[in-house]
Amino acid sequence: MPSVSMTVNGRAVTGDVEGRTLLVQFLRENLSLTGTHVGCDTSQCGACVVHVNGESVKSCTMLAVQADGAEVTTIEGLAKDGELHPMQEAFRENHGLQCGFCTPGMVMSAVDLLQKNPNPDEGEIREWLEGNICRCTGYHNIVKAIQTAAASMKG
Amino acid sequence: MYDFNHHRPASVEDAAKALTGASDGKILAGGQTLIPTLKQRLASPSDIIDLGGIAALKGIKEEGGNIVIGAMTTHATVAGDATVKAKIPALAALADGIGDAQVRNRGTIGGSIANNDPAADYPAGLVGLGATVHTNKRDIPADDFFLGMFETALEEDEIVTVVTFPVPEKAAYAKFANPASRYAIVGVMVSSGPAGVRVAVTGAGPRALPPRRPRGGAGR
Ligand SMILES: Cc1cc2nc3c(=O)[nH]c(=O)nc-3n(C[C@H](O)[C@H](O)[C@H](O)COP(=O)(O)OP(=O)(O)OC[C@H]3O[C@@H](n4cnc5c(N)ncnc54)[C@H](O)[C@@H]3O)c2cc1C
Ligand code: FES
Ligand code: FES
Repeated sequence: MPSVSMTVNGRAVTGDVEGRTLLVQFLRENLSLTGTHVGCDTSQCGACVVHVNGESVKSCTMLAVQADGAEVTTIEGLAKDGELHPMQEAFRENHGLQCGFCTPGMVMSAVDLLQKNPNPDEGEIREWLEGNICRCTGYHNIVKAIQTAAASMKG
Repeated sequence: MYDFNHHRPASVEDAAKALTGASDGKILAGGQTLIPTLKQRLASPSDIIDLGGIAALKGIKEEGGNIVIGAMTTHATVAGDATVKAKIPALAALADGIGDAQVRNRGTIGGSIANNDPAADYPAGLVGLGATVHTNKRDIPADDFFLGMFETALEEDEIVTVVTFPVPEKAAYAKFANPASRYAIVGVMVSSGPAGVRVAVTGAGPRALPPRRPRGGAGR
């Protein structure tokens, strides 16, 4: 059985996995980090988005062994010292969620967008969210939340 | 997904050895096609040979008037690369239009062309720009690489290492994207340059069509 080591939310972790163990399974089942959701399990919905070495990826479409040695950040790793990340705060403020199922993936995807494009216009935000599906909000308030976060993160 | 033995070789030679040594080995690149396929049990390889640890397969350089792209270079890297954007902006635009941001962060040019989905973007890009596919065994012109639906000239144990693109004088790529997946309903690359005037179409048939003159008036 392969053993994997990685840094998850700043903590070094090691675990025994099968070759076929998905990264999302490792996070949820081995590490009990259940903030990362599985919506479709077919690479479509983006509920499972986490960051691997700073890039957003679908953790249902990556093997745990492929993340061996990597830095992984999940939704649980965003808040610092009990304070929500500005993106989380903006989703809360703008009612950017209803049932909340898509939200962890939305937030992780949006954080990656602002890393690459700190000042996206509405079209760029909507295009970036191509891989994140929300069945509740109609996306409107999610887009608003990301615009708010972009403004507040500029300081 | 059935379980398999996982290998993470550090060189193309070791990857080729692992592939030949396995009873039913399969290469893993970005996994954006292969992992969904394994989940659906459409494939059940005994061994997975993960190219993720081979640094030599990643990256983009300019060499002798060509743009040379390593097989493990992601769509996001090609889309954002300054050299590609300056020399072949049509290719950067093609890569930027694949799937979604997360697929682009993992999916690779080598995986896309080895898979040869009839609706994939890169096959039209390679044929339309007159690219050459280099493997651990030989060099294959794009026109001879894409044979049919999900079928390429690659042998069982052959590994794509780099793809070279001649720099065109001008080129453009346009597609009608499937609204759900972004795969091409139809996509067209046109270019003019050292490889001649070329047109290639993806999505409209079993494979990206190489430039052919219409025969007997019936255009393909
Ligand atoms: C939601 C979604 C949307 C997508 N939308 C698009 C789109 O709009 N346009 C598009 O073109 N594609 C699209 N794709 C496919 C995507 O581009 C994949 O990344 C690509 O087809 C496969 O690349 P990969 O690196 O993920 O390869 P993998 O999935 O790892 O491998 C694919 C196949 O290629 C073989 N292989 C991989 N690398 C090599 C190599 N170096 N040498 C020999 N064989 C190799 C593998 O054995 C496997 O059979 C989409 C995928 C998803 C999940
Ligand atoms: S659960 Fe990963 S994309 Fe839907
Ligand atoms: S808030 Fe329910 S799916 Fe997005």
